[in-house]
Amino acid sequence: MATITIGIMDPPYESANTPTAFRMVDAALRKGHAVNVFCYEGATALGFAGQKQHPNAVHGASIEEEDHPNPKEWIKALLAFAAQRQVKLVWCNCGMCVDERGVEDQVPGVCRGSPVDAWKYCEGSDGVLLIGTE
Amino acid sequence: MGRYLSIIDSAGRATIEEQDDTALWFTHAMKNGGAEVAVLLRADAVNYAVLNQDARGLRFGARAVKGPDMVRDVKAVLAKGIPLYAVVEDLAERGIASSQLIPGIEQIPRSGIARLVEGHDRILTW
Repeated sequence: MATITIGIMDPPYESANTPTAFRMVDAALRKGHAVNVFCYEGATALGFAGQKQHPNAVHGASIEEEDHPNPKEWIKALLAFAAQRQVKLVWCNCGMCVDERGVEDQVPGVCRGSPVDAWKYCEGSDGVLLIGTE
Repeated sequence: MGRYLSIIDSAGRATIEEQDDTALWFTHAMKNGGAEVAVLLRADAVNYAVLNQDARGLRFGARAVKGPDMVRDVKAVLAKGIPLYAVVEDLAERGIASSQLIPGIEQIPRSGIARLVEGHDRILTW
């Protein structure tokens, strides 16, 4: 099996790049490949534990009916999925980017690193994909 | 009270996370608050006019993601009395036939955009 490193840069709720990246992580894990995710800049808010669901007056939906999909839940689901399959998934945030945004409170399993860690992930990978923001 | 026109260019920007298009949602919320609004879909956003969209089936690990229902949202905009226009040439360039559109959407030529803009006091470009 291969090891893949994926860099994400877009913040949550702003870009189709985000679900695309999550879909690729999901697909790689399903095939048994190890995945390193490095979140840079706005993407470090993806795992922010303070994300909250809300009702949606325009949809006429309650919190339960809307079931708003916060990306922190997607990260938790992917980490749980990887553990269940016994496939390695590292979800690492750029620490300074976290501090800038005040999103230190992250869901369990998300770690903190630097561009040097991202470089080490790349060096240890068979494939690298950076999804930069526009 | 001013007349507002929301011009939406990009489609699918964050619709999975938001479960809707944020520009269309914002415009609908303005209408609910009493504003006089209209919507123009152009460029990739004309895809929102298609009747048989289906974004269901997404799943991350064991977690299913409900996803947006753009047909519901576009129909709700029309039901609210918000005029909704789509650019004919942008539909044609994407191979979208008139028969595929959600009923009630008015098609206008690209050459008609300037006149539509002139008919409104405030333009919100998304």
